Amino acid sequence: MNLVIGALVFWGAAWWVNLRIANGRGRDTRAARLAVPVLFGLTLLVLWEGLVRGLNVPGVILPPPSAIATRFAASLPILWVDFVQTFVKGALSGYVIGCGAAVATAIIIDRSPFLQRGLLPVGNFIAALPVIGIAPILVMWFGFDWQSKAAVVVVMVFFPMLVNTVQGLAASTAMQRDLMQTYSANYWQTLLKLRLPAAMPFVFNGLKISTTLALIGAIVAEFFGSPIKGMGFRISTEVGRLSLDMVWAEIAVAALAGSAFYGLVAAIEKGVTFWHPSQRG
Amino acid sequence: MNRILPVLTVVVALIVLWYLGAVAMNAQWTRDQAARAGQELSFTGIVADTLSQDRPKLPAPHQVAAELWQTTVQKSITSKRSLVYHGWVTLSATLLGFAIGTGAGILLAVGIVHNRAMDMSVMPWAIASQTIPILAIAPMIIVVLNSIGIQGVLPKAIISAYLSFFPVVVGMVKGLRSPDAMQLDLLKTYGASGGETFRKLRLPSSMPYLFTSLKVGIAASLVGAIVGELPTGAVRGLGARLLSGSYYGQTVQIWAALIAAAALAAALVGVVGLIQRATLKRMGMER
Amino acid sequence: MTEPVITAEKLDLTFQTNDGPVQALRDVNLTINKGDFVSFIGPSGCGKTTFLRVIAALEHPTGGHITVNGMTPDEARQSRAYGYVFQAAGLYPWRTIAGNIKLPLEIMGFPKAEQEERVKNVLQLVDLEGFGKKYPWQLSGGMQQRASIARALAFDADILLMDEPFGALDEIVRDHLNEQLLALWARTQKTIGFVTHSIPEAVYLSTKIVVMSPRPGRIADVIESPLPRERPLEIRDTPEFIAVAHRVREGLRAGHSYD
Repeated sequence: MNLVIGALVFWGAAWWVNLRIANGRGRDTRAARLAVPVLFGLTLLVLWEGLVRGLNVPGVILPPPSAIATRFAASLPILWVDFVQTFVKGALSGYVIGCGAAVATAIIIDRSPFLQRGLLPVGNFIAALPVIGIAPILVMWFGFDWQSKAAVVVVMVFFPMLVNTVQGLAASTAMQRDLMQTYSANYWQTLLKLRLPAAMPFVFNGLKISTTLALIGAIVAEFFGSPIKGMGFRISTEVGRLSLDMVWAEIAVAALAGSAFYGLVAAIEKGVTFWHPSQRG
Repeated sequence: MNRILPVLTVVVALIVLWYLGAVAMNAQWTRDQAARAGQELSFTGIVADTLSQDRPKLPAPHQVAAELWQTTVQKSITSKRSLVYHGWVTLSATLLGFAIGTGAGILLAVGIVHNRAMDMSVMPWAIASQTIPILAIAPMIIVVLNSIGIQGVLPKAIISAYLSFFPVVVGMVKGLRSPDAMQLDLLKTYGASGGETFRKLRLPSSMPYLFTSLKVGIAASLVGAIVGELPTGAVRGLGARLLSGSYYGQTVQIWAALIAAAALAAALVGVVGLIQRATLKRMGMER
Repeated sequence: MTEPVITAEKLDLTFQTNDGPVQALRDVNLTINKGDFVSFIGPSGCGKTTFLRVIAALEHPTGGHITVNGMTPDEARQSRAYGYVFQAAGLYPWRTIAGNIKLPLEIMGFPKAEQEERVKNVLQLVDLEGFGKKYPWQLSGGMQQRASIARALAFDADILLMDEPFGALDEIVRDHLNEQLLALWARTQKTIGFVTHSIPEAVYLSTKIVVMSPRPGRIADVIESPLPRERPLEIRDTPEFIAVAHRVREGLRAGHSYD
């Protein structure tokens, strides 16, 4: 019971500190912007730990963070193997192939307004569908190993990426295109020097959306069949054995991988589209 | 009008590609069967066989259409083999979860906009949560809730709810913050209270943003409900049809479930779009 | 010195729009001589921008005849006859000022060393030395527009076409840029076509003022300016200046343009 009270007291104290920071004088400093969410996250962990231990919640329902951390540290080799199988082999290769194919397709159909008018609504439509459902079919076609996961990822990222790239290629203004015309620039010069650079904010928007889709696709596809490694495989089998600390450890890996992947793409975006108003800030 | 012809062309091209793919992918099996039986097959014979196999690698569109017809119109709705039944199981979880997720999302967004401490502590996590594959928690939620005796529609709805929750929070906060300083100052010169500013300015301006995230949210809810049906051993719902089809190699069944899920998603997003158009029209905000 | 550079005869241009055909230019006859500074003035819809775009081959006339340097506008463009300055600076935000000025040079295939040389020269010409490594969004509006003029000058075309280049700037900056533009014109001896809707600007800058009126777009009056080529800002207070400005205003009013 003391643990529960302790956790609640910590919660109250942290809330009071956050209120002070958020309404205090230094609230717009970098430190405040970092400290408040970190303190909030910490509060959640302490509450979780205190309530689970204090109320004796069984580990098969919700293990405390400390148990998850212990399991995480003890299972690093397994987690690493799963990470390589699912993220590096499945998600990353599918991401590169899918995004590359989408950008190439966008450039190919760029010269045909007819194809664009046809493909764009279809692409928008497909992007809203539960594309993940194609996983069992692709697992049948490409086998249990990472190739089928990469194929699922390719299908999932292709259409959002295509739609964004096509929109981006249309993003240059009429005046900018007129300018290129006064120089008698040909199609490829206009594409390389004007339209592709102008498309970059849109392309990166698609790339960022696709990072999450890629990881979801690779993990969920493993629920439909996989070799005996991989994050999705581990999650579904460990759930079955009710060793939830291992499941949470895999989820922690997925969360870390997902935000690191997104962060990496966002950092590259900052370097490439430094000129865009949203990045100048 | 000038969009229909290109879209139709693309759709027809996709169907033609599908048929070609079906012939190409199923031909191997046809040839193997013929070789085993010691028969010689003509080209037309091969084509005809590839489009009518029981368990083809890639079923032809008309096979999928026939399966859809049989499992929707020709089965009673209560039958375990009716796609309408399975579709309803998935849809009810989707809608319940979507309602919970959207409601909670809007409430949190209102709180975030009116409380600085909440904004600074929660908002970074809400944004970061969109970069992580939260769908991975789905199997655990189902199994854990099952072990404490909660079954049926609720566990799936919870997954649907948290998948639609974060997009709605982020979109709604953006929307409630969309009025610019001049518009807010104008209301201040009228001496409007915080509540009036919210009702007369912030809430109406947030609508376009809200509907955009509702479309994302309802599609995510459906995905959540489908994935939530996988770990329970493939009993009911479209996700279960996908999984049992993949267990038994029933490709036609998988494709039929897939098309049904796609139609459901399209219908849901379409309905949200209609409500959006009607609402924005009443508010005089249609473009 | 009276060698014709641009000649337009009976020029017509009709746009097909959803609301039916719109006659943007009707029966336009005009000769622009080498070294002229010609302003086109009139209310919106009078076809002044359209005429400039026809010279630049950005629009194609539906009737009549036009030559630039004795060629069709398309051929003239191929031979780099003109530089074009738009209403907005339109600098590419992902390129530095120097990079933006290099853009036409890269497209036209100038050697690398010559590109650097030319960038240096035109930056000097528009008084932007030392700003080559800055990005456009780090500069003020007036400086951006000067950079876009430098970009149009970089490949040394004989003709400079300017479409309301200073329209978005405030009056003090505009005065300053007008003075600089005159100095630049005197130094480079270029032929300039300049669209504006400011009467003082047109009178101050031009040797020839073309007054246009709308619906259909046509020329209402062509005024040869009696002012000397050397023009300090104070010239705007002289009786000659006021007389020309008066005639422009009369021409605009005669076109029934303010309905």
